[in-house]
Amino acid sequence: MTETVREPVTLTPVLSKHWNEAESWTLESYERNGGYQALRKALAMTPEDVVGAVKDSGLRGRGGAGFPTGLKWSFLPKPDGNPRYLVINADESEPGTCKDIPLMMATPQYLIEGAIITCHAIRAERAFIYLRGEVVHVYRRLLQAVEEARAAGYLGENVLGSGQNIDIVVHAGAGAYICGEETALLDSLEGRRGQPRLKPPFPAVAGLYARPTVVNNVESIASVPSVIDNGSSWFSGLGTAKSAGFGFFSLSGHVKRPGQYEAPLGITLRELIDMAGGMREGHELKFWTPGGSSTPMFTAEHLDVPLDFESTGAAGSMLGTRALQIFDETVCVVRAVLRWTEFYAHESCGKCTPCREGTYWLVQVLRQLENGQGQPSDLDRLLDICDNILGRSFCALGDGATSPISSSVQHFRDEYLRHLDEGGCPFDPVKSTLFAGVNA
Amino acid sequence: MTVTEPSKTAVDLVTLTIDGIEVSVPKGTLLIRAAEELGIAIPRFCDHPLLAPAGACRQCLVEVAMPDREGNVRPMPKPQASCTMTATPGMVVKTQLTSPVSEKAQRGVMELLLINHPLDCPVCDKGGECPLQNQALANGQGESRFTEVKRTFPKPIRISTQVLLDRERCILCQRCTRFSKEIAGDPFIDLQMRGAHQQIGTFSPGVLDFHVDLPYPVVRTSEELEPTVESQTQGSTKDESRGASHDHVTGTYAADGIATRGEAMLDESGQPFASYFSGNTIQICPVGALTGAAYRFRARPFDLVSSKGVCEHCAGGCALRVDHRRGKVARRLAAEDSAVNEEWNCDKGRWAFTWSTGADRLTHPLVRDPETGELEPVSWPYALEVAAKGLLKAREAGGVGVLPGGRLTVGDAYAYAKFARVVLRTNDIDFRSRAHSAEEEAFLSHAVAGTGLGVTYAALEAAPSVLLAGLEAEEEAASVFLRLRKSVLKGSKKVYSIAPWASRGLIKLSGSLLQTVPGQEATALGSAAAAEAVAEPGSIILLGPRLTESPGAYQAALALAASSGARLAWVPRRAGERGAVEAGALPGLLPGGRPVSDPAARVDMAAAWDVESLPSQPGRDATRIVDAAAAGVLAGLLVGGVDPDDMPDPAAARAALETASFVVSLEVRASAVTAYADVVLPVAPPAEKGGTYLNWEGRHREFPQALTSDALSDGEVLDSLASEVGVWIGLRGELSGTAELASLGRWEGAKADRPEHHTVPVAGTTVLSTWSMLLDRGRLQDGEPYLAGTAHRAVARMSPATAAQLGVQKGISSNVTVFNDRGEITLPLALTPMPDGVVWLPSNSPGSPVRSKLAAGNGDAVSVRLAGDQLMGA
Repeated sequence: MTETVREPVTLTPVLSKHWNEAESWTLESYERNGGYQALRKALAMTPEDVVGAVKDSGLRGRGGAGFPTGLKWSFLPKPDGNPRYLVINADESEPGTCKDIPLMMATPQYLIEGAIITCHAIRAERAFIYLRGEVVHVYRRLLQAVEEARAAGYLGENVLGSGQNIDIVVHAGAGAYICGEETALLDSLEGRRGQPRLKPPFPAVAGLYARPTVVNNVESIASVPSVIDNGSSWFSGLGTAKSAGFGFFSLSGHVKRPGQYEAPLGITLRELIDMAGGMREGHELKFWTPGGSSTPMFTAEHLDVPLDFESTGAAGSMLGTRALQIFDETVCVVRAVLRWTEFYAHESCGKCTPCREGTYWLVQVLRQLENGQGQPSDLDRLLDICDNILGRSFCALGDGATSPISSSVQHFRDEYLRHLDEGGCPFDPVKSTLFAGVNA
Repeated sequence: MTVTEPSKTAVDLVTLTIDGIEVSVPKGTLLIRAAEELGIAIPRFCDHPLLAPAGACRQCLVEVAMPDREGNVRPMPKPQASCTMTATPGMVVKTQLTSPVSEKAQRGVMELLLINHPLDCPVCDKGGECPLQNQALANGQGESRFTEVKRTFPKPIRISTQVLLDRERCILCQRCTRFSKEIAGDPFIDLQMRGAHQQIGTFSPGVLDFHVDLPYPVVRTSEELEPTVESQTQGSTKDESRGASHDHVTGTYAADGIATRGEAMLDESGQPFASYFSGNTIQICPVGALTGAAYRFRARPFDLVSSKGVCEHCAGGCALRVDHRRGKVARRLAAEDSAVNEEWNCDKGRWAFTWSTGADRLTHPLVRDPETGELEPVSWPYALEVAAKGLLKAREAGGVGVLPGGRLTVGDAYAYAKFARVVLRTNDIDFRSRAHSAEEEAFLSHAVAGTGLGVTYAALEAAPSVLLAGLEAEEEAASVFLRLRKSVLKGSKKVYSIAPWASRGLIKLSGSLLQTVPGQEATALGSAAAAEAVAEPGSIILLGPRLTESPGAYQAALALAASSGARLAWVPRRAGERGAVEAGALPGLLPGGRPVSDPAARVDMAAAWDVESLPSQPGRDATRIVDAAAAGVLAGLLVGGVDPDDMPDPAAARAALETASFVVSLEVRASAVTAYADVVLPVAPPAEKGGTYLNWEGRHREFPQALTSDALSDGEVLDSLASEVGVWIGLRGELSGTAELASLGRWEGAKADRPEHHTVPVAGTTVLSTWSMLLDRGRLQDGEPYLAGTAHRAVARMSPATAAQLGVQKGISSNVTVFNDRGEITLPLALTPMPDGVVWLPSNSPGSPVRSKLAAGNGDAVSVRLAGDQLMGA
C-alpha cells in the first residue's frame, strides 16, 4: 500500500497550542504564552520587511484558494495618504468547514495580533473582521478581545508607542454564505446587498469604500504572528515545498474523535484518521471531502493523497479549507449530495443565471433521483446542467455547487442507478447517525 | 442602440480578432460592442449601452484568448462575459459563430433562463418584440429539457399606479433597478430575497416585513377621494428618526379632484413612488415583466404601426416612437436620439397623450347662433366666412389681439405671426400665455431669437459647471435633468441652482443651492457665489421660467455671462416657446429675430410677405392685450391653445374674453375659451399633423403626421381664414410655414437692445415662490388616470422658523392656508430648509391652482395662516 518513504507526520500545534488552558481566550493567557512579542518585533521592522517576511515564509491563503499572502499584500498601490483597509473574512459558512470559529473562540488574540501586524505591513489604520452573523458567541468573544487589546495599548492611537493608529471593527453579517465571497463581503460590509462585484477593479485597487483593500482569511492572518515570531524559514520548513506551513484539518463525520488537527500541509487522510482514533467502530470509509462540500469528493483510494494544494489538485479536487468530512459506507451519497445542493440553492445569491436557475433545477433532479423517480438519462442531464453552470457563473459559488454532483456521479454512478432500479433509496438513513442501533 | 463613444480618430485604438476577423476599436470598448462593429450579434439581456456593465445574465459568454507576457496567445480557462470585458491588443475572441464552447455556453444559459419563465408569450404584452423570445429562437434550443416544477408568483405587483410587475416573467437582468439607480436616481425598486426566490420588489412593508409609521395616509384611489375642498388637521405622528433629507410633511390631503386609479406604492423614503422616469424601465425590460397599466393587454406589437414623433410637452424635444393602430395611438416610447434624449424620456412624454382623444375633442367648426347664443356645428366654409367677417369688423373697430399659446409647432406659430401682421395688421401678438415681462421679451429679442442652435445637450454634458437660474430641471425640463445627472455621476460636473430651496431633483444632481428669495434672482446672479459657480471655462447658465417674474434677472444673467465667459441658454417650459420666438409671435419681434422697431427689418419682412408695409406700432404683450380687450379697446381676440388659468391673472383673461366683441378660438378640444368664443375652429393635435418643434437648444425637431386625419393644423386653418379675408398667405402645406421661415434666414441687422435694468422691489411680508410640477393639472395630461397616480403630492413649503411663527408645533401635522384678496389655497405643510418669510406652492397641482386662485406669481406678497387658525404675514 503505502511506500513509507516520507517521515511520519506529527501534529504541529501552534494556534491551538494553548487551547486546553483555562480561559485561553483572555489576553492575560495569550500574553503569558508569548503573545504580542511578534507585534513588538514587527513594529520594529519596516512594513516592507514584514511583507517580505510573509512572502518568504510561503504562507498561502487559508481560506481555500491558496493565493500567496505576502504577494497579495504587495499588490496594494503606493500609499496616497488616503485610507486603505484590511478586511478579515470570518464568514465561515461552507458545509463542513469549522476551523476559524473554534480558533476565534479559543484564542482570538492570535487574530487580533495578526491583524495589527498586517495593518502595519500594508499601512492600514483600520481592519474589519466580517464575522458570520449566526455565531453570536464568537461575536461577543471577538468584541471582548478587541476591547482587551485596546485597553492594553495594542489597538487605538499610537500602538505601543510606534506612532501608528490601528483599530479593528468587528462586524457581524446577516447570514448569507455568499458574503464569504470577498467582493460580496465588501458590498455587505458597506451596507449593500451582498452580491459579488464585477472584477476588475480588484479589491487591492478599489475594495472597501473603493479604497485599496486586502481581504484575508482568519487563519491566514492568525498565522502571521508565528511567522514573524519564529521566522520565515521556520514556517517554510513546515509542510511541503510549495505548500508551506501548517494548518487546521477539521475532521468531522464518522471518525472516532472528530475535531481540529493542526498539522503541516501534506499530511494524508490516512494519518489524520489514525490520529482521530480510526473510523467509527465496525465501519469503513466510503467518501470524503478534502476541503468542504464545494471541493470534489474523494474516496478510500485517495487516503494517501498528501493534503497540500498541489497534490489535491492533481488528484482532481482542491485543498479548500481542509474541512474533511468523513462518510462511511452507511451514507447514501445521493442523499448527501442532495443536501449539499439544497444548501447551494438556498445560498445562491441570485445575481447570475447559471447559479440561480441551475441550482434550482439541480435540486429538483436530485430529489427525483433520490426518490427513485426518473431514468438513467437523467444522470446525463444532471451532468450537462452542471457543465452549463461550471465556469459560466459570476463567482465561484456556482462552480462549487457542481463539484459534489459531478464527483459523486464519477465515483458512484452505480449507486445513483440503484435508486432508480429499486424505486427509492437503498440506504437506511438511521444507520449513519450517532444514535444508530440505540432504539433497534 | 446608441453608441455614444468618442470619435475613433481622437482615441487610442486596440486591434483584436473576433471570429477570425481583425477589428480596431477605441481602447476601453467592450467585446460585445466590438463584435457589433463587425455585425456580430452576441445575445444579451443585462447589457445596455447606457448602463454600467453588470455581467449578471451570463448570456453573452464567449471564448477569449489573450497574449501572455511572452506574446503567446493563451485561452482563458472559462468563457467570459463579453459585456464586461474590454478589448485588449492581440485578443482573440470566438463567439457562438466560431466556437462550440461559446455556443453551448449561450445555449445552456438560455435554457436556464427559460426554466422558470412562464413562456406565456401568447398573452404577454412583450410577445412579438421581446428580446427573450427573439434570442431564444435565435440562440436557444427548440425543446426544453426542464420537466420539473416552475417557480411561480402571484400575478402582478403594482409598483405604481402606472407600472406593473409580473415577477415570474422576470429574468433578473437588473436593467430596471440599474436604470433607477444610475439614470433616474429614484431607487424605487430593488432586488429582494435570493437564489431562485430573488425578485424585483418595492420597498413596501408587506414585502420587506418591517413596520412603517406613515405620517400621512396614502390614498390615491379615486373612490377614496372625497370631493371636499376642506381638509382637516390630523394629529398623526411623524417618525423623527427618519432623517433630515426627507420632507417633514405635516397635515393631510385635501381632495384633489383628479381621477387616479390604483394605489401608489411607497418608495424607500416612505413616499408614494413618484419617479418621473419609471416608464423607461418598462421599455428596457427585455421580457414582459414590467408592463404599463395603460397599455397592458391593449395591443400586439405586430399589429401596431410606428411613426416617428417628437414630444409635445416640454421644451426638451425628446424623440418618440408613436405606435398606433386603427387610427388610435396605442402607446408612445422613447425613441433613440443620441444628441437629444439618448434613449430615455419622462413619464409625461410617454403616457400623457390621451388628452386629444377625449369626449371634448372638437370635430366640427362651431359658430354661436345669434338667436340662441349657443355654439352650433356648422360647415367649414360657413365658419370661415363668419370668422373672417367678424375679425375684419373687429380689426376696424379697434383691432384684434392674437394669443397663440406656447404649444405650437414652428410652422403654426409662424402662421399666427404672419396672420397677425398681414391680415390683422397688428403687432398685438404674444405666445406667452403665462407670466411674462417686457424685460423677458427684450432678453428673447436680444439673446435668443435668431441665434440658431446654441448650447446643446452634449455641451451640457461636457460643461464643468452648470448654473440653473429659476429652473427646476427635473420638473420643467426632464431630459435636461437626465443629461445633467449623467455627467454628474461621471465625476467632475458641478450643478448650482438659484432657488429658494433644494428640490429633490437638485439633491439627485448633488447640486449646490444658492438660496434665493423669489424676486431676488438678479441679486443672486450678480453675487460672488454665482460668479464662482461659473468661473471655470466652459460653464453654462440655464435660464428657467422663473426669471420672467424676477426684475433685473435677465440683465444680471447677461452680465454674469459676459464677465465669466459662460454660455447662456433659455429653457422655457413649453414645447412651442422657442419656436414661437423664432416665428415672431411676440409683440416686438418679427420672424428670424427681426425687431419690429427696426424699419429695415419691417421692410425686409414686408417684401418677403409681399405686402406694402408692416405695422410699425409696437404691439401689446399678453397682459396688455388682455387689459385692452377687457377695456373694450381691442374689439377682437384670436386665441390658440391657451388656458386662461395659465395667464398671470386668469380672472382678467376671462373678463377680456367676455368683453371682446368677437372671439375666434382655434382648439383641439373644448376649453375654457370655447365658452366665450364666437367661432370655434377645430385644429389637429400633434399626432394628426406633421411639423417641427424647436427645442430649447434651438434644434429643429421635425416629426411626420402619425395618424390619418382630416384635422387641419393651425397654420392650414389660418391660411384658409386669410383666403376668406382675401389675403393669400401661402401656408397651406403642413410644413410650408417652417420652410418659409427657414427661407427668410436670420436677421443680420442690429440686434434688439439688451434688456433694461429694473429696480428690485422690496419683497412683501411673505413672498410667494411657485413652479409647476412635471405631473399636475395640466390639460395635456387629461385622460390618463394611471399617470396621474404617480404625481408628486402637493404640499406647501415654509422654513421651520416661519412655520413656528404661524404656530405650527413640532410633531403636529398642520395644513396652511395661503391667501390674498383674490382667494386662498390650503395644503399640508412640509417644513423645508428655505429662506424665512417665503412660502412655496406648486403652480398647478391638485388643490393648488395658484394662478386661478391667487392670481399671483413668484415674488408676490401673500399671507399665510394655519388652516382654521390665526393670521400671519401681511
